[in-house]
Amino acid sequence: MNDAVARIGPVNHHFHGGLRLRHNKKISCQHQVERPRLPKQLVVPLQQHAGDVATPCVQVGERVLKGQQIGNCESCVAIHSPVSGIVNAIENHLISHPSGKSDNCVVITPDGAEEWVKLDPVTDWQHADPEELILHLKLCGIAGLGGAVFPTHVKIRDGRARQIHTLILNGAECEPYISCDEMLMREKPAKIILGARILRRAIGADRVVVAIEDQMGAVYEALNAAAHEADSKNISVVKITTIYPEGGERQLIQVLTGSEVPIDGRPSDLGLVCQNVATAAAVADAVVEGKPLIERYITVSGNGITTPRNWLALIGTSFAHLIDACGGYRGDVTRLVIGGPMMGYPVASDAVPVVKAVNCILALTQADVATPQVEMPCIRCGECARVCPARLLPQSLYLQTKNGLWDDAGAYGLSSCIECGCCDLVCPSHIPLVDWFRFGKSELVQRKIKTRAVERARTRFEAREQRLELKQRKRAEKMALRKQMLKDKSKQKDRVQAAITRAKEKADNKPRIIHGSSDDT
Amino acid sequence: MTRSFTTSGAPFFAPKPTVTKVMLQVLLALVPGILAYAWFFGPGVIVQILLAMVFALIFESLMLRLRGQPQLPYVTDLSALVTAVLFALCIPPLAPWWISCIAMLFAIVVAKHLYGGLGQNLFNPAMVGYVVVLISFPQAMTAWLPPLALSQHSLGLADTLAIIFGGQIPIQGGWDAITHATPLDILKTTLDSGAVITEIRRSPLFGDYGGLGWEWVANGFALGGLFLLYKRVISWHVPLAVTGSVILLSLPLWLANPDSNLSPMQHVFSGAIVLAAFFIATDPVSGCVSNPGKLIFGAGVGIITLVIRRWGGYPDGIAFAVLLMNMAAPLIDRYTRPRIYGE
Repeated sequence: MNDAVARIGPVNHHFHGGLRLRHNKKISCQHQVERPRLPKQLVVPLQQHAGDVATPCVQVGERVLKGQQIGNCESCVAIHSPVSGIVNAIENHLISHPSGKSDNCVVITPDGAEEWVKLDPVTDWQHADPEELILHLKLCGIAGLGGAVFPTHVKIRDGRARQIHTLILNGAECEPYISCDEMLMREKPAKIILGARILRRAIGADRVVVAIEDQMGAVYEALNAAAHEADSKNISVVKITTIYPEGGERQLIQVLTGSEVPIDGRPSDLGLVCQNVATAAAVADAVVEGKPLIERYITVSGNGITTPRNWLALIGTSFAHLIDACGGYRGDVTRLVIGGPMMGYPVASDAVPVVKAVNCILALTQADVATPQVEMPCIRCGECARVCPARLLPQSLYLQTKNGLWDDAGAYGLSSCIECGCCDLVCPSHIPLVDWFRFGKSELVQRKIKTRAVERARTRFEAREQRLELKQRKRAEKMALRKQMLKDKSKQKDRVQAAITRAKEKADNKPRIIHGSSDDT
Repeated sequence: MTRSFTTSGAPFFAPKPTVTKVMLQVLLALVPGILAYAWFFGPGVIVQILLAMVFALIFESLMLRLRGQPQLPYVTDLSALVTAVLFALCIPPLAPWWISCIAMLFAIVVAKHLYGGLGQNLFNPAMVGYVVVLISFPQAMTAWLPPLALSQHSLGLADTLAIIFGGQIPIQGGWDAITHATPLDILKTTLDSGAVITEIRRSPLFGDYGGLGWEWVANGFALGGLFLLYKRVISWHVPLAVTGSVILLSLPLWLANPDSNLSPMQHVFSGAIVLAAFFIATDPVSGCVSNPGKLIFGAGVGIITLVIRRWGGYPDGIAFAVLLMNMAAPLIDRYTRPRIYGE
């Protein structure tokens, strides 16, 4: 274990570049988080996680209970009904995707009874088998709520195998406008710490470090008090400087430890695992109360929203419903964005449902969005390189990507781009750099797959050649042997012939001899 | 009731910086130096700047048309004007008008647009234009003026225009009566004839630490350069490397033989070192990308300039140094890629 990594403490390190952005977080932190009134219909997409699509395990017309499993996925996590009600349809419905595509969803009409399925918590998690905890998280549909929705049980199982010493809870919500994690930490600090202890046990780590931004005010005291009560020795809350994108996993690790995650590696190479604070809270609900992941904190904000605030929203609630609950739109809303203004993506309609990955719905007005400006040629001013947290040279990568110099782009670290958007924001030529890099990265992946396929084909071909050669050689050997034997046979014939002649000779001579002998006797 | 929206890529933030703003900041930063220049050397300075600007815009517009590119926003991006001003600051204030025309032809048409336009030029356009006229018309490029304080005939605007556009010398005695060698010229020729520095520096052409007047022009450019640093239009690497390498290389020479070598201070504040350090060698398009690369690039410019000054045939060598380093920039870039996160 690296010494620096073990010494995560009050000393903050720095990552390269980054931007100090206007936060715009306060506007959505004025109200306590509540549940909006029950929507008339909930649309639960069957693909919500990184991984395979879930198969529905309910029938149309069937009554489901709140928390009942409605989707099944072997390689991924389960999907549950957010309400009790009737399954109206299992059909294609608009989902939260920038292309405006549709996907298979379970449509449920709530009956208002809010009748829970029989919950099955883990009794005495402190002594439970870690493997049981991991399986429980899978059944309760827990996935990373920071935005990547990577199945939590997979991350933990990987971590268990690799000797993790520290669990990092990521509460550094660095994108402007988004405040759902901040509100969660402010309102449910004990639940987060409990979830952290469960995760720590599941992974087999010793310590927990909760990282929050230094501008989050009361959050630090709240979390610290909760941590102190639970396990003051091994759970620490660390304030870090607010610079975008310090909430990125690799940047956060650099800030906390001063060490960098290896370029082709994972945090577990340093003995670390990162989880979002909201994931930890969901873990606590799942393990202690047995409640599956059916609702989450969501920020609805932006200058295009009448009363920006945070909601505890059921998965499957339509964006329009939440925006209505905020008093509707205000002004000339030109973009509806999922996530923050830096890394979020726009959706074409507010009819899309909330999924586990949605942490923020942002309604931006014309004044917020840069009016489409003419793209100019790159003048290599280098602003992009100055702000790049991965220490890349975006101006070079841009030219390499544009001109298809894939080997150069690979050598200049295109795959290390975290798509944070800093370069894009500072570019005076208004080049959509991140779009180019996304394209370039997928191209590199494609090429890697192709090279691997070629490589495989070559090994297969070589193996076949070898096999054939071996076969031929064996056959040749056999032939040779047989020939040898044949030759031997012909010799044998000679020998037989010789024996026969000998015998004949003997036979010819024998009587005489016999006679002779008999004569003798 | 649901609503539809248009979509576009992140990030969603306004307003963004623009190329025009960057160029405008460069032009603004040049103002103090230009004012000092005109103050000491007369209105010819301003006339040359305006002249070069007009030619630059004409050629820019023409080339955009020939290349089938839109006039807007390219004409208004101000990049051609930056080229024009930087070039005009390098030539004698009384140079004939066609010097600007030919230089801008080579700067804008050849060095910029034939290489692919804004952002694509391998060489610094202003320096290409300057070197072409310097080599082709050495006579016209020596029409330097002494500072106004030292000149016997003060030239008004009318006289200046007559000289630039008509080639008429309004004063008795012709060219020799009004033009004068620059401090670096004098130094070169008199040093070659065996004089020592202290003797040469007794000439009224020299000021406290540079050439008379020239040192204040340099101060003006340095002020503008600091503004660019503050606004982060340029980084500190190139200016520091240029001036640093000039100082480091001239210091031992001066210490060893102060009679035939200028002091580092005099080197920095004579000629175009300050202008080059902040405005010419910092051109991002034809320079290096990474910070170590910028340091090497700047040091190369400083060293080559000093070598040309000390041992070469020209009194100053900034333009050649910049062009030579432009050639080396792609190679330097290849070997100075910064370490990627986690590498």
